Amino acid sequence: MSSADPGSLGADATGDEDARRRKMLAWTMAAVIALGAAAGLASGSEGLSPAALWADLQHGDGGLILGQIRAPRTLGAALVGALLGLAGAMSQGLFRNPLADPYILGSSAGAGLGVVLVQAAASLGGAYISLSAAIWIERAGLVTAAFVGAVVGVAMTLSIARGAVQTLRLLLGGVVVGMMLGAVSDLITIVAPDALRGKQAFLLGSTSFLGWNAIAWMAVGLLMLVFLARRLARSLDALTLGDDSAASLGLDLAHIRLAFVLMISLGTALAVSQSGLVAFVGLVAPHLVRRHAPGAHHWLLPASAAMGAALLLLADVLSRTLVAPEELPVGVVTAVLGGGYLFWLLKQRTAT
Amino acid sequence: MTALLQANDVRVRLGRRDVLQGVSLQVAGGWTALVGPNGAGKSTLLRALAGLQPLASGQVLLQGQNLRATKPAERARQLAWLAQHGDVTGELTVRETVELGRIAHLGLLGTPGTADRAAVERAMALTACHDWQHRRLHELSGGERRRVLLARVLATEAPLMLLDEPTTHLDAPHQVALARLFRRLTRDAATARSVLSVLHDLPIALQADQLLVLHRGHLRAVGAPSDPAVQAALVQVFEGAIRIETRPAGRMRVELAMGSD
Repeated sequence: MSSADPGSLGADATGDEDARRRKMLAWTMAAVIALGAAAGLASGSEGLSPAALWADLQHGDGGLILGQIRAPRTLGAALVGALLGLAGAMSQGLFRNPLADPYILGSSAGAGLGVVLVQAAASLGGAYISLSAAIWIERAGLVTAAFVGAVVGVAMTLSIARGAVQTLRLLLGGVVVGMMLGAVSDLITIVAPDALRGKQAFLLGSTSFLGWNAIAWMAVGLLMLVFLARRLARSLDALTLGDDSAASLGLDLAHIRLAFVLMISLGTALAVSQSGLVAFVGLVAPHLVRRHAPGAHHWLLPASAAMGAALLLLADVLSRTLVAPEELPVGVVTAVLGGGYLFWLLKQRTAT
Repeated sequence: MTALLQANDVRVRLGRRDVLQGVSLQVAGGWTALVGPNGAGKSTLLRALAGLQPLASGQVLLQGQNLRATKPAERARQLAWLAQHGDVTGELTVRETVELGRIAHLGLLGTPGTADRAAVERAMALTACHDWQHRRLHELSGGERRRVLLARVLATEAPLMLLDEPTTHLDAPHQVALARLFRRLTRDAATARSVLSVLHDLPIALQADQLLVLHRGHLRAVGAPSDPAVQAALVQVFEGAIRIETRPAGRMRVELAMGSD
């Protein structure tokens, strides 16, 4: 077979070539993350403006703005993106489906319901408790409620699927849970219309409420998940052969699948509870890595986390600068960018 | 001597149907071909023998030990299985895919050593996929991919290989090469492997040392392909659609009985 055969572009590809592409992508992502973080620190109500940042720093209150608002927000956006990218790569590997996203197990619907419940409670109870108490419940309660809701959503999916033994059951369970919990939260917003606004903000995703506390949690979670996921990465490689072939290699799939389901839900619950439903990052980040520097999962998992961080940093800067001094919910930016990317990919695929 | 693999009165139910009933057999070594018409239960039997299919009753013994009591990792070192439909996802290269066979020895955390690399090299050499080891599976043709998946099975270096339709997608030269490979692996004292393969390709199946004829979930005949009783059972389960001729030097020829219309 000649290497000029147009049907096999990869015919020349050697192991060195693959390693070179992975190295290239790693450096590119590092550069984008560094630039994105710098831009994030320099973006404020005046858009992306290093001059304004410099002026702020001269006046003394710049430290406060940087330390309490921009730095946690920028770092937080990177962490949320990394968690979603990693969870997305784990979902796509576990479900052997390039369209799987981290919300596939019902965590998003659960988190959404949690948020709606707390807000409905705050608005309905507002008549009986003080305003400050209601606000406190909303701020502290939302994160917890979203986290608990996400975990409950996944638990429901697992119980419908009778554990993590069958992939198809898990997928169907996720769909059923998504519909049921979505319907319940719709019902609640009819009873308590005040919860609708909070729900909407949650659905759009936002990086504007990230604080240092959240960052500590997410950083610890991310480090733990990357470490564990890489240790189990070989099982995702084996799953590319199919469930039975992986089982024939002596792997305990029931336990491995359960471990990944728990890791995916922890990652998404951490991200979703802090920033709402940021769309497409978990789907697109692993895609970009696989497209530009494919490889086994011990590379794919951490690289998808880095890609997610880079993507959400960029999206966060865009969301703050496009319509400054106003800002867009970051989820809108990722949806437009991610959706556009998938649309372009689809057009390319059909063209060839 | 205990049989390498033994099935005692195996029954498998899928939904409300008994797909296998009262199947007892022994694989002592050599190359065994499992044949029968569509829906006979060949793949299910192979899956049951590989420990991938729960049994409604009966038992499977691997080297005298109940398969259900064998640890999965231990089973994987003794017995390798090739799926009928090798639909592969992801972007692994040929080499990375063949290396997966070593999970049977390394588990999830082990680091591949010299023996592992040597096994991978041998498996790729035996299936002639060494030259394109850095290509990705989705860039390969169906037949090439089949050879890679077979190499993945060979790389486990398990003494017993259960292969579901290993010749699917292979062109004639590679089918012949595969049949020769099976003969060599099973007859060479140094490798001493045993192969049990589901084959719907009868001309290749007749090259095996032993035939198992399965029909509607029952084992109808067991024996050498030259055994007249086995040949008669074959013609019967294929409803007279084939004719088997024994040629000089024990060679057999099978053809479709088209009749004269």
